[in-house]
Amino acid sequence: MLFERIQEKLSILADAAKYDVSCASSGGKRANTNKGLGNTTAMGICHSYTEDGRCVSLLKILLTNHCIYDCAYCVTRKSNDIKRAAFKIQEVVDLTINFYRRNYIEGLFLSSGIFKNPDHTMERLISVAKKLRLEENFNGYIHLKSIPGTSDELMRQAGLYADRLSVNIEIPTVSGLKLLAPDKKHEDFIKPMEKVKNEIIQYKTERKIIKSTPKFAPAGQSTQMIIGATGENDRDIMYSATYYYKKFNMRRVYYSGYIPVTMDDRLPSIGSEVPMLRENRLYQTDWLLRFYGFSVSEILNDTHKNLDLDIDPKLSWALRNLDLFPIDINKADQRMIARVPGIGMQSVYKILQARKFRNLDWTHLKAIGIALNRAQYFITCNSKDFFTKDVEPYVLKRKILKNSKSKYHKYYNQQLSLFS
Amino acid sequence: MNPQTVLIYDGTFDGFLCSVFIIYEQKIMSPVIRKESQTNNQLFTITEKVITEELKAQRVWHGFRKKTTRNEQRDFFKVFLSEIKGVENTLLSYMQTIFKKKLNKNIDFSNKDILKISQVARMVGREKHRMEAFVRFQLTKDQIYFSNIAPDFNVLPLIIHHFKDRYADQKWIIYDTRRKYGIYYDLQTVEVITFENLKGITATTRKNAYADDEVSFQKLWNTYFKNVTIKSRKNTKLHLQHIPKRYWRYLTEKNNI
Ligand code: SF4
Repeated sequence: MLFERIQEKLSILADAAKYDVSCASSGGKRANTNKGLGNTTAMGICHSYTEDGRCVSLLKILLTNHCIYDCAYCVTRKSNDIKRAAFKIQEVVDLTINFYRRNYIEGLFLSSGIFKNPDHTMERLISVAKKLRLEENFNGYIHLKSIPGTSDELMRQAGLYADRLSVNIEIPTVSGLKLLAPDKKHEDFIKPMEKVKNEIIQYKTERKIIKSTPKFAPAGQSTQMIIGATGENDRDIMYSATYYYKKFNMRRVYYSGYIPVTMDDRLPSIGSEVPMLRENRLYQTDWLLRFYGFSVSEILNDTHKNLDLDIDPKLSWALRNLDLFPIDINKADQRMIARVPGIGMQSVYKILQARKFRNLDWTHLKAIGIALNRAQYFITCNSKDFFTKDVEPYVLKRKILKNSKSKYHKYYNQQLSLFS
Repeated sequence: MNPQTVLIYDGTFDGFLCSVFIIYEQKIMSPVIRKESQTNNQLFTITEKVITEELKAQRVWHGFRKKTTRNEQRDFFKVFLSEIKGVENTLLSYMQTIFKKKLNKNIDFSNKDILKISQVARMVGREKHRMEAFVRFQLTKDQIYFSNIAPDFNVLPLIIHHFKDRYADQKWIIYDTRRKYGIYYDLQTVEVITFENLKGITATTRKNAYADDEVSFQKLWNTYFKNVTIKSRKNTKLHLQHIPKRYWRYLTEKNNI
């Protein structure tokens, strides 16, 4: 290996890949076979953290940042004047193996600009994965980006070697996509997703008959949406997300606050604030939908099109539904306890366990670790002492905000000042 | 007042279990279990030195296993490895509760010992995960992947399984610089090792022991690490929460090469 040249390529192609927020290496399971190298456990490991506090678990790079397309939101787009580079297939294999053996990473996340055409590009990505699996006996995690417009046959091959496949939808709405990525068609994104879903279903049925059917993308597929590049509201975003979860059995949808990278009238200008808080609220909503039993229309609907920035979506929902509270912590069912602001899913299970032995009071609840500064207004327990006043939602909100300091407080103030 | 009986054991898990054995065997009323290495000048105490015998240890552990779940056993061991001063006595009192309880009855989670144990077990568990993440192997000339660590708790016994499973086709050593012992995998089994005469080793002797490409790969990793940070989102507080400074010493990406 010519290290200096590789080093230069690595800095260019890692830099170009970093705007993809999807970093999960979890969800797959691949055992180490025949004393080979590596395994993928259900819980991925963050080996390091960037200075902006994100998990580093994968070697996340582009194969190349040459691209024939010109999507407005992307640094790699054709018309952007930047340094270009391309890895050889073997170089990516060597980097992955050597990083993995030193316990730097859980595996590889490989994406690419589109050179020549989608199929040609996808073929190269697949070669990397295939070499890792077959020549290096590598059982670590491999995530391949599916290139929009790739043929079904290639998608099938990709799924044989990769743990996860993803197509980034990038722009949540069809109209936004037209505006910003004129070369791309909505169907080009949908088709690979459909293929992956069908293959996974087929794998599951075949699996029942023949035990040795090769694994097909065991960690499923995910997608990413850019937030705040076009004018869509939170409702549009979360409805799209729900659609992808349902329609294509997505494992994860990622929300990435748009980081201005270019001067373009269609986009926020360079230097605009990254909408981190909004991004965070969307993730919280995503969480509520997937683990807390909320349906999307409860949180976002025609009268409530955007998430509140100053309070989290669960609290916001509770304040709009005060008539359902307070609930008795010793009697309520799991579904309702999970809906109390300040009680996480972990605590829900602990409450259900603990109340088998005794009626819980405030001290018990505190020991279990629920955030009483919020929860206290929504529950009663084995104590005569509880919040009884009938107050207006906004009064309650002020009360709660006064007693809690969000870690996002700083951003909130910054973003507010933008509007004043 | 009952005089306290202090049982002095060798610091091993088996030794601890033997102390429990003796407490039951001799019906000692107010026992205190203490490591050899911890000095003690209390008046009015009876001291007894515990001799570690595997068979006795096994009997105690066997009895404990019958009345607990796998998770409870794991937590128990983790808490022992925390090496927190006096932790033996919390474990003893917890064990006594377990031995008293009827089979198949759930445990009351608000019991004081149990709360403490699940808390400490969680802390030790977190340290285990950290070490699984923060080990940085460096390849030596004799083709061994070597890593130093200095964990808050004695977690080497807990991470063996993970590393053996993942790096089955390479030789490796993980060395705990604080407790001065390491684990070595020779492609077959994992053994405990210690080094003599570490003082003679300087930075240059260490550099000379590296395989040829080692430094280059470290540089590549650092290049990668530098390039994945998004500067407009820098958040030092969050960063330090994830990687507290005390772990930086052995992290390749936190050191200039
Ligand atoms: S096709 Fe992909 S890499 Fe190329 S400009 Fe569009 S988003 Fe960027």
